[in-house]
Amino acid sequence: MIEKEQVLHVAKLARLKLNDDEVERMAKELSGILEHVEKISELDLEGVEPTSHVIQLENVLRPDRSRPSWSRDEVLERAPDPAGGSFRVPSPQA
Amino acid sequence: MADLIDLTVAEAAARIRSGDVSRDEYFDAYREAAAGDSLNAFLWTAEDAAQADLEGTRTGREQRHGEGPLEGIPVAVKDIFCTEGIPTTAGSRILEGYRPPYTATAVRKLHEAGARVLGKANMDEFAMGSSNENSGYGPVLNPWDSGRVPGGSSGGSAAAVAGGLAPCAIGTDTGGSIRQPAALCGIVGMKPTYGAVSRYGMIAFASSLDQCGPLTRNVTDAALILQAVEGRDGCDSTSLGIEGGISLPSREDLTGLSVGVPKELASEAEGIESGVREVFERTVELIEELGGEVSETELPHAPHGISAYYVLAPAEASANLARFDGVRYGLRVDAGDLTEMYEETRAQGFGAEVKRRIMLGTYALSSGYYEAYYGRAQRVRTKIAEDFSKAFERFDFVVTPTSPTVAFKLGAKTDDPLAMYMNDYCTVPMPLAGIPAISIPAGVAQPDGGGPELPVGFQIAGPAFSDSAMLDAALALEGAIGFRRNGGGGAA
Repeated sequence: MIEKEQVLHVAKLARLKLNDDEVERMAKELSGILEHVEKISELDLEGVEPTSHVIQLENVLRPDRSRPSWSRDEVLERAPDPAGGSFRVPSPQA
Repeated sequence: MADLIDLTVAEAAARIRSGDVSRDEYFDAYREAAAGDSLNAFLWTAEDAAQADLEGTRTGREQRHGEGPLEGIPVAVKDIFCTEGIPTTAGSRILEGYRPPYTATAVRKLHEAGARVLGKANMDEFAMGSSNENSGYGPVLNPWDSGRVPGGSSGGSAAAVAGGLAPCAIGTDTGGSIRQPAALCGIVGMKPTYGAVSRYGMIAFASSLDQCGPLTRNVTDAALILQAVEGRDGCDSTSLGIEGGISLPSREDLTGLSVGVPKELASEAEGIESGVREVFERTVELIEELGGEVSETELPHAPHGISAYYVLAPAEASANLARFDGVRYGLRVDAGDLTEMYEETRAQGFGAEVKRRIMLGTYALSSGYYEAYYGRAQRVRTKIAEDFSKAFERFDFVVTPTSPTVAFKLGAKTDDPLAMYMNDYCTVPMPLAGIPAISIPAGVAQPDGGGPELPVGFQIAGPAFSDSAMLDAALALEGAIGFRRNGGGGAA
């Protein structure tokens, strides 16, 4: 069972603002989903290697050469608040 | 115009090559159909041929050499693929109005093969969903019954093809997002082997699972599209392509093939509608009539696929979606300080399901829970892959129903996330194992409790890199099934 405090803690980690309704609903829904997911705790997985990549790949290398990337203008033109050739954001400590 | 829209991709490409039909005549027939989209299948459609040929973009200006195998074929491109200068939202309000500075490799390769971008197809937000009801731009309607869902997350791609608004489409499949909507709309949908197609420019959901694939009216067309998009790409170091490429299918029978029916995903699976079960069993009999040898097998860990998937995919998503922070692109909601700006932007920009999955993934990766959830799920993934390897020692392919149910009514499962997740029961084990799988329409059935007859999908899965052989087997079976397309949009 996920408590509201846990929901608020995780939301903070995820940088998500949730309103009171969402917190309540999330606590209920996450509890239901995790209850189902917890069935995997019944499996004997002793000594089983975890899979992070399904297809066996050797190291994939390429020559260490510079190549053109997008221009600064092209990238900044999509930014919500470009300023002085950079991305402008509010102060981290207002 | 109706006769042009009846052509398969292979037929249309042949007629364009012979000069019988012009590229623009064929394009206009579809542009008109797509402009009259009453299914909400498209989020953007090309205004003219120049836009569809990406003429204003770097990709469009790159030299193409003569006529390609898809010369003049309009494609519905799921809105998760970046297209330079063309709006790309991934179905999310957080990317409303975003026009990427580059084009995804899969789309570039389609362009190089002569195809044109007809439109960007609606989808569940960031590919999270099985009904297309999670789109930030409204749900897509099923062309067979507009009161029902087309499936998801590639619901716009599937509905466009089934409804006669596009001859073919590309989508992405993470846990069933190509195969399930293909099944619910009565078309072919294939998830290739992981790594067959580059993920460059495909907005990431769960990177270890995401794979691009075709949605088409028949198996040959699926092979044509996959042939064009597969290949190793320097921009995606996990891409490998298919050695020797994809060969076009030609098989007429299944003599010499052995096929396993995993009981966990068929006879013993819970929640499979009786109509779906009947169509599945009839199709299994057809395999035998075509000379294939069928017997029951087991995938003991497959029933845990949903649990593993709904830990791993949200965990990867929670990391991948951290980039939507209001700094470099997309929505920003102004706020007093930086953290608050992040939190407000993401609160307003993301829909309910995306928030749920970010929360689930963040929880599963958080300190104290990592090993219990993420670590265990990765081990279950290994067991699921081992089960398949073992089955493929004895069988060429395994077969299952694609979706436990036919298309359900809009709103039927929106209040119960877990019920929605169970749609993926038969489709999540394959991406967890990285193997290819295809869904072909196998017949029609009524939903439990009665209602209209709706399409049922039949899934074939094979070992990694068996993509060509799988398409070959699917072609033989498709011929024997003789599925009759329906689906409104003047495309019956």
